Amino acid sequence: MKRGLFFAAVGVCAVLFPYTIYLIFFKAPLDRKLFFNQKIFYYHVPNAAMLFVSVIMCGIASFMFLRKREGRWDDLAEASGELAVLFGLIVLVTGSIWGKAAWGKWWQWDARLTTSLLLWMVMVGYVLVRKYGGPGSERLAAGLAIFGMADVPLIYFSVKIWRTLHPKTSVVKSLEPGMRGPFWLSFLLFLAMFYILITLRTRAAAATRELRELHESGLDAGVFE
Amino acid sequence: MSFFRQVSTLVWKDLRVEFRSREILYTMAFFAAMIVLIFSFAFIKEGQVVDGVVPGILWAAIVFGGTLGLSRAFDRERESDTMRALLLSPTSRTAIFLGKAIGIAVFILVVEVVVVPMVALLFGAPLFRDPHLLIATLLLGTFGFAVVGSVFAAMLLRTRSRDVLLPVTLYPILVPLLIAGTKSTAGLLEVAPNYSAIYFWIKFLLVYDAIFVVVALGTFESLVIE
Repeated sequence: MKRGLFFAAVGVCAVLFPYTIYLIFFKAPLDRKLFFNQKIFYYHVPNAAMLFVSVIMCGIASFMFLRKREGRWDDLAEASGELAVLFGLIVLVTGSIWGKAAWGKWWQWDARLTTSLLLWMVMVGYVLVRKYGGPGSERLAAGLAIFGMADVPLIYFSVKIWRTLHPKTSVVKSLEPGMRGPFWLSFLLFLAMFYILITLRTRAAAATRELRELHESGLDAGVFE
Repeated sequence: MSFFRQVSTLVWKDLRVEFRSREILYTMAFFAAMIVLIFSFAFIKEGQVVDGVVPGILWAAIVFGGTLGLSRAFDRERESDTMRALLLSPTSRTAIFLGKAIGIAVFILVVEVVVVPMVALLFGAPLFRDPHLLIATLLLGTFGFAVVGSVFAAMLLRTRSRDVLLPVTLYPILVPLLIAGTKSTAGLLEVAPNYSAIYFWIKFLLVYDAIFVVVALGTFESLVIE
């Protein structure tokens, strides 16, 4: 079942990558105000959604890890933490390019932008802790992920007091009919890609952990020096 | 022993250890004062203070000085492995955590007693126009910092390169607190103090503190357990 889902996702990616590019650049209508610049929307918004999916997944997996102390939750948290950094980087870069076209500025201290940036910083801190914290750092990283999750609404409301330039969430609903199809296909594409990446990364993390546990039990048994 | 007795005993222990050597207080206060001085070299041009920089300087000094004290206070517990002794003693983990956090909050408040008048003096800032609002802002900000900082410093006790990782992990979580603290202080410094903004940010600090006390109490035990 899991295997089937994985290969289905690979198939979806293989078909949709070229097909969405064709749809977005040749079929979808041009935006009335932003013209060709609006095309980045089809990549920016799905990636932003994946950023939040991976952050929430990382927070929940960390919470479960602290509760149950089972290594598999930690593997999932590690994988989603790294993916959050990846998707966050894409979101910030595409967002800046879009901002330059729409507002004439690369960066604005707007609520949603600042929240995403700080959320991304928390996740970079998470990856740094995992990489350089040494043994025992996975619990610290789990704590950081939980604190980071609790922090998100606070960051959002504290920055919201400054003015908001970012388009409201209703942008997706107000899309022209011709834009909706490519957008949702692009969304599906990135969801499938997220699924592939998280499955592979979690498997790699589990393999690393099992190897480490085997090594430790080998040391205990006196097989290794 | 009742819960509050336990907490107050732990706080008193930390304060007594500190007042014997005064190591943390002296180094923290000196470091914070140094930061204020460095900023004053950068932000005073031709005898005039650049507009609107005072709240940022004040909070940067508090947070940097506070981080120094935070890592030192927990290093002290690590050096002779007294954290293990504390955890083995028949006190609740919650009491240990609160005792540590309150002790650190007291250290930072002492440093603020030095730094706040210094900022007011060097930059000619009318910080003491509404002392009760300034004190409320500083108290709530300091307490929130001490609570979140104690969890992170305690978690980092057994990891490598903890001095580097403490600010890296702590500061992104502290951002809302710093925004609220600086905005409230900035409201106090305006020609006509902006009371609605100040009250809003003080309430925001209260919410921040409440949320993170709950999160800290919920996670501290599973994070520091041996």
